[in-house]
Amino acid sequence: MTIGLGHYLAVAAILFTLGILGIFLNRKNIIIILMSIELILLSVNINLVAFSTFLGDIVGQVFALLVLTVAAAEAAIGLAVLVVYFRNRGSIAVEDVNLMKG
Amino acid sequence: MILPALFFYLFATICVASAVMVIVSRNPVHSVLYLILAFVNASGLFILMGAEFLGMMLIVVYVGAVAVLFLFVIMMLDVDFVELREGFMQYLPIGIVIGGIFMFELLMVVGAWVINPSVTKTITAAIPTNVSNTEALGLVLYTKYIHYFQLAGMVLLVAMVGAIVLTLRHKANVKRQNINVQNARTPEMAMALRKVASGQGLQDADAAEWVK
Repeated sequence: MTIGLGHYLAVAAILFTLGILGIFLNRKNIIIILMSIELILLSVNINLVAFSTFLGDIVGQVFALLVLTVAAAEAAIGLAVLVVYFRNRGSIAVEDVNLMKG
Repeated sequence: MILPALFFYLFATICVASAVMVIVSRNPVHSVLYLILAFVNASGLFILMGAEFLGMMLIVVYVGAVAVLFLFVIMMLDVDFVELREGFMQYLPIGIVIGGIFMFELLMVVGAWVINPSVTKTITAAIPTNVSNTEALGLVLYTKYIHYFQLAGMVLLVAMVGAIVLTLRHKANVKRQNINVQNARTPEMAMALRKVASGQGLQDADAAEWVK
């Protein structure tokens, strides 16, 4: 019963799917959508680290570190936009975001 | 040999279960707490794989910074979260269909692929066996990938400046220091000498200038 690469990839796949599902289920709550994006990025990181260690190539971990950086920056900017939006509109419902009529 | 497998299943199960709770729990504060649990268990998985530095980094960055940021924003905004949950059941079927398709495809890939044997010959930077994971990561991150490292720093700087610019607001009635105006002051601008007539005090015309 050794744990191989496939086990970690399966966990990452499940986490990725849960992230996608979270975006669909919480269509109105943008905070949960941001958290789902964090889950998706986490599953990407698990994939990168799993391949890195099982192929013996450390570049995957460097990449995971960069993904971590981008995820942190994205969370900060996303939440800042959220705060500004809430100040202007008094609501964070995604369906109210229609000023640009896109 | 059984212990790593046991810990893998422990971490993986808790990670997936708390990820489920992130997307279904009613209270967003609970969602953030489950997100923290998911990240802690994912860092356990990283440590099991031998990437200790990234595991610790995950705890520092996500639990220490990102999750706290989420909690802070949720508690700062006065949002009616019950209203935001409407339509949860409405989107459940389409969500399960699309999630199921994704899951099926990803698990097909995981179940069916094989590693090309020649890929082990094209490794960019092999993991050294005689140094720790942190040192091994530093050996390539600060030499071969220094530009990416610097670029990551720039991304963080831009994010920081952007977040401050977006959320900082100047209230009109708050007095702030203006150093240029302070330095440009002369005694003539700052003082006005008046001959005050005895028994009359300052006149209204003088007072306006006095206040200024």
